[in-house]
Amino acid sequence: MTDKTAITLTINGKDHKISVEPRRTLADAIREDCGQTGTHIGCEHGVCGACTVIVDDAPVRSCLMFAVQAEGKTIRTVEGLADGDKLHPMQQAFMDNHGLQCGFCTPGFLMLAVGVLEREPDISDEALIDVLSSNLCRCTGYQNIIKSVRAAAREMRKA
Amino acid sequence: MKPAPFIRHVPRTLDEALATLAEVAGEDGRILAGGQSLVPIMAFRLAKPAHLVDINEVAGLDKLADDGKFLTIGARVRHAAFHEPVTANPLGRLLTYVARHIAHYPIRMRGTFCGSLAHADPSSEWCLTAATLDAVMVAKSVKGTREIRADGFFDGIMSTHLKEGELLAEVRLPLLPPDGKFGFYEFSRRAGDFAMSAALATYRLDGGKMTDVRVGLGGAEASPRRIPEAEAELNGKAPGDAAFRAAGEAASAAIEPLEDHQTDAEYRRDLVKVVVRRALEHSLI
Amino acid sequence: MSAHTKGSGGDGLKWVGRSIRRLEDPALVQGRGRFTADLPAAHWVRFVRSPNAAGKIRGITAPDGAVVITAADIAGVKKITPMLHKFNYKPVGQPILAEGEVRFVGEAVAAVVAATEEDAEDFADLVEIDIEDAPALVDGRAAIADGAPQLHAGVPGNVIVKGEFKTPGFDDVWTGAAKIIRCEARSNRQNATPMEARAAHAAYDSATGRITLHCTTQMPHLVRTAIADCLGIPESDLRVIAPDVGGGFGQKMSLCPEYVLIAWLARHLQSSVAWTEDRRENLIASFHSRDQYITLEGAFDANAKLLALRANVLANTGAYSCFPTSCGMEPLMAMAEMPGPYDVQQYECLARAVVTNTCTMGAYRGVSRPSITFTLERLMDKAAKAFAIDPLDIRRKNLITQFPYKSAIGLEYDEASYRETMETAVEAINVPAFRARQQLARDKGEYLGIGFATFSERTGYGSPAFAARGMAITPGWETVHISVDPSGFVEARIGSSPHGQGLRTTLAQIIAEEIGVPPQTIKVVHGDTDTAPYGWGTFASRSLVISGGATLIAARKVRAKLLKIAGHMLEAAETDIVLEDGKAKVAGTDREVTVAAMAREAYTQTHRFKGEIEPGLTESGTYDPPGTFSNACHVAIVRLDVETGHVKVERYLVAEDAGRIINPMIADGQVHGGVAQGIGNALLEEIIYDESGAILTANLADFMPPTAHEIPPIELHHMETPSTQSITRAKGLGEGGTIGPPAAIVNAINDALTPFNVEIDTIPATPQRIRALLRNATNSARPRAGGDPGATT
Ligand SMILES: Cc1cc2nc3c(=O)[nH]c(=O)nc-3n(C[C@H](O)[C@H](O)[C@H](O)COP(=O)(O)OP(=O)(O)OC[C@H]3O[C@@H](n4cnc5c(N)ncnc54)[C@H](O)[C@@H]3O)c2cc1C
Ligand code: FES
Ligand code: FES
Repeated sequence: MTDKTAITLTINGKDHKISVEPRRTLADAIREDCGQTGTHIGCEHGVCGACTVIVDDAPVRSCLMFAVQAEGKTIRTVEGLADGDKLHPMQQAFMDNHGLQCGFCTPGFLMLAVGVLEREPDISDEALIDVLSSNLCRCTGYQNIIKSVRAAAREMRKA
Repeated sequence: MKPAPFIRHVPRTLDEALATLAEVAGEDGRILAGGQSLVPIMAFRLAKPAHLVDINEVAGLDKLADDGKFLTIGARVRHAAFHEPVTANPLGRLLTYVARHIAHYPIRMRGTFCGSLAHADPSSEWCLTAATLDAVMVAKSVKGTREIRADGFFDGIMSTHLKEGELLAEVRLPLLPPDGKFGFYEFSRRAGDFAMSAALATYRLDGGKMTDVRVGLGGAEASPRRIPEAEAELNGKAPGDAAFRAAGEAASAAIEPLEDHQTDAEYRRDLVKVVVRRALEHSLI
Repeated sequence: MSAHTKGSGGDGLKWVGRSIRRLEDPALVQGRGRFTADLPAAHWVRFVRSPNAAGKIRGITAPDGAVVITAADIAGVKKITPMLHKFNYKPVGQPILAEGEVRFVGEAVAAVVAATEEDAEDFADLVEIDIEDAPALVDGRAAIADGAPQLHAGVPGNVIVKGEFKTPGFDDVWTGAAKIIRCEARSNRQNATPMEARAAHAAYDSATGRITLHCTTQMPHLVRTAIADCLGIPESDLRVIAPDVGGGFGQKMSLCPEYVLIAWLARHLQSSVAWTEDRRENLIASFHSRDQYITLEGAFDANAKLLALRANVLANTGAYSCFPTSCGMEPLMAMAEMPGPYDVQQYECLARAVVTNTCTMGAYRGVSRPSITFTLERLMDKAAKAFAIDPLDIRRKNLITQFPYKSAIGLEYDEASYRETMETAVEAINVPAFRARQQLARDKGEYLGIGFATFSERTGYGSPAFAARGMAITPGWETVHISVDPSGFVEARIGSSPHGQGLRTTLAQIIAEEIGVPPQTIKVVHGDTDTAPYGWGTFASRSLVISGGATLIAARKVRAKLLKIAGHMLEAAETDIVLEDGKAKVAGTDREVTVAAMAREAYTQTHRFKGEIEPGLTESGTYDPPGTFSNACHVAIVRLDVETGHVKVERYLVAEDAGRIINPMIADGQVHGGVAQGIGNALLEEIIYDESGAILTANLADFMPPTAHEIPPIELHHMETPSTQSITRAKGLGEGGTIGPPAAIVNAINDALTPFNVEIDTIPATPQRIRALLRNATNSARPRAGGDPGATT
């Protein structure tokens, strides 16, 4: 064990004052220290994308950042996507198009897709497949994830 | 798969960073840049650095500038910076094209160009780029600044000639001639995976003949490098199938192939032949 | 062919057959799912795993201040010992922590307990295990070679199960055949790789002494039974909960020794204890799958009609036998189902499982069928080539068309559509257009191939199917309790344990259809042994057939009772009453009563029933079907890069028949996911050991599940042949998607390879393997245009 550092993580607009070792990954801190367990962990080595969150407008692997590095940054997770009772178009599209089965990979895919579409709203359908190849899903065969994200992209462009 | 404990240092200036590095380098202190290679290695506990010098807050290391001769890339410049061309010189397009092949979008949001070079994965696209273009690495430490040419920088699998306490502060990539052409091709089994072989070629045309040819190869040997045997097959020839094939054959014969469970030596030579030729074919598009 | 969008065949169904949105989704898309690893715990466990594949443990040294549990500390805990009473099965027990010796790299040798996962791992790093290294037995064939070291005292020759079958008259037919065709197929080892790896969390209740174990499993009741047996406690002292489970695919249907230890530790420490498996552990030490050598020979008459099949199946089952199915699962299923959809009445089979110094085998979606279908369909293509006929024609000659059909080994096939699905697929893919395109491509030195796989998929296995294997535990039936509470709220408690299959939605649709309340208001509860009826969980494409059947039985009882109550309350004949929109209505009148009012009456005004109707509104149903066969034809079109050996699947088409479809959207999703896994199995995923028994593929960069990039759009065509062996008329379809792709894709690769006169019969068909064949091929990488013996379809 090493000494813990007191930090504040700002997740979905809310400050979480926590105390963590420097080695605590952002993924673990979000889940364990801040209790936001919607962000999942599937590999801890950057391949699966289950842990994807948005940090200062960039979709990133939260298992490959240390929590201490995220202090002072704006962190967004799946819990913050909906606006009160109104689901984010991406969430709605995943429900409408059966973009999930077990739901374990889903938060990561939602944050990946939202993060990229906010940066590049006009991204081509083909480039979207490249983007979605960042994360792994073992249930859906990706068919309906792709369909969902394309549908949401159209909605998000309208908004 | 949780990293072993370490002490984190967060310098704000380069001098502070170098001073801290000088202090901790001897006790297995390491630089933390994008963390996209280091953190996985720490998660597997293949590395257990006692100190991490996090350079993400160091002022000035985000330099990304074209001075008419070189493109200078500071230690905090991330892969994603190249998603769009960073210079009007053909090098800008080259880097954008190559960047697309590195890992995945969220990893490119964090990983750094200089981190890739320091990490020196044999398959790294940026290492290949630096080797092919004869980049100049600018290493800084409390003892001063050293400039290292690419051919003297890489030292085998995940190893470089950076010395203890040295920070790779920036990399200078020579601009291409305005009429410079480039071609790139890599082979991997899945999207975003490290290349099982990759080639980058640049040249100019002079009266319909290729000149100033550079052919670099990555993922085939312990370190990426230029392959003079392949370049010799091209210089002074017209671009086309015959020359491109000859270059591929020459490269394939010239290498000391890396071997692993999905690539034996013969297969690696097969791949090299193909990636070199296809990189050259790409230059015509 | 029905397009299977609205209702099944115009039979006036309101909810069954509709693609309603899943009831599971709102929580999951908002990050409100509850997975095992989400729970906080006072203690965290890290397992210290063997770095050696074989050898005696000389000593284990714990660092100062660490809490380290070894086999000696849990001496009273019984080994996991599954049992088969047939097929020369040799029982072996798996210790919860290695006892005296280790048998595979990754076997748990000790458990470290600490306050955090990080601390536990720090200590675990410092635990020293001293092992006297012994040579490792890695390959299945090496295990039966002369002089191979013996892994378990009770398993001479390392053969742990051996099934033999031969029809009378086989030899005569064999010797009289016109041609014998042979296929030596290799299915390499894989890992099911659910995105959520294993996890367990046990909490001790000091008031009752009970343990509540949350774990990611497909069969919570069986986990309870098995752990109670291992610990020697009554089942009532253990509550097992499978909360949201992040995929299973069979890997989570066997008992994990780790879960036993977590439950033991919670009792021992009288506290809460948790373990979350990391991905490396999952890849080396959870359960592996496949790893078979199959030699299959077919005897054909001069007209290419298959007369007899001879199979030799060798399944490498790893170091131990998985519970409850035992390691007989792979070879015995291969033996029973090898002839697949083809009419062949003479059959001989030798099916063995052997133990080796590798990770224990468990189930993985399709169990054996991906391997046997791959082998059988390769055999059919080889036979077509030998007879110089179209690969489709040889199938046309041999597919079963008369139902019911009794197979050589005695399985009853119910009505299916083998020929029809194949013809549907053939037409949809447009074979002539493909052949023209293929020729044009070849002329340019580009290589395309088309491959077919036709197969039957036995689903909804009832108890007799498992009893036939001699299993000590026959997980066949299911029970469902449906209750309508006094406020009219409908709840179904089920013994199945879905984890992504959408069963909460589909069972609600079945209930809704019967009792006329919208499915969105029905709650299907599962996964908690305190509230769910005893059941076997979700695996083997069984839940919709078996739980669905039990649900229908219970729902019909509820319906009958509601009609009675309504009859009483509305003073009408039951036959005049319809249940819809949450009400009972007297047809042709405006008299009606709500389900809520009827439920209230059923609990609170029972005196009015004058003893004619029992109080309360709870019914149950139990169902144990004989099993029913789904079927499908898969077609793959691939592009083979002969220079790199890379295979790109350009088109993938499935024509399938799973009987009545309850929710087409969910059914399609099951097929999509299965096909993607099958594509991974065919091309990418392989667990590789070196000779020392170390795993070279212990991360997700080396073990490669496909990404969105590697999976083409999957085209689906459906037929619905309602099952006569399932009361919902549905057949299972959870595994079919995974069964077809290795066969279809490797057949397509071989079609593309035709000009080179080489064949590949190994999965995954990796680029390195393909290049090795091509490098040694007689023809060069660029044959002259037009000069090759193109296939004739
Ligand atoms: C799933 C996945 C796929 C990937 N695929 C690819 C791929 O296809 N191609 C590819 O090239 N990369 C790939 N990467 C790696 C990625 O590109 C990394 O970003 C890169 O290798 C390292 O850069 P970094 O900034 O993240 O360095 P870090 O991870 O922070 O550091 C890596 C090493 O370099 C040292 N270091 C970093 N910066 C400096 C410096 N300025 N001076 C001296 N030493 C320094 C560190 O101490 C450490 O030892 C992949 C990563 C993941 C997780
Ligand atoms: S958990 Fe972060 S990428 Fe898999
Ligand atoms: S929905 Fe289960 S892993 Fe994607």
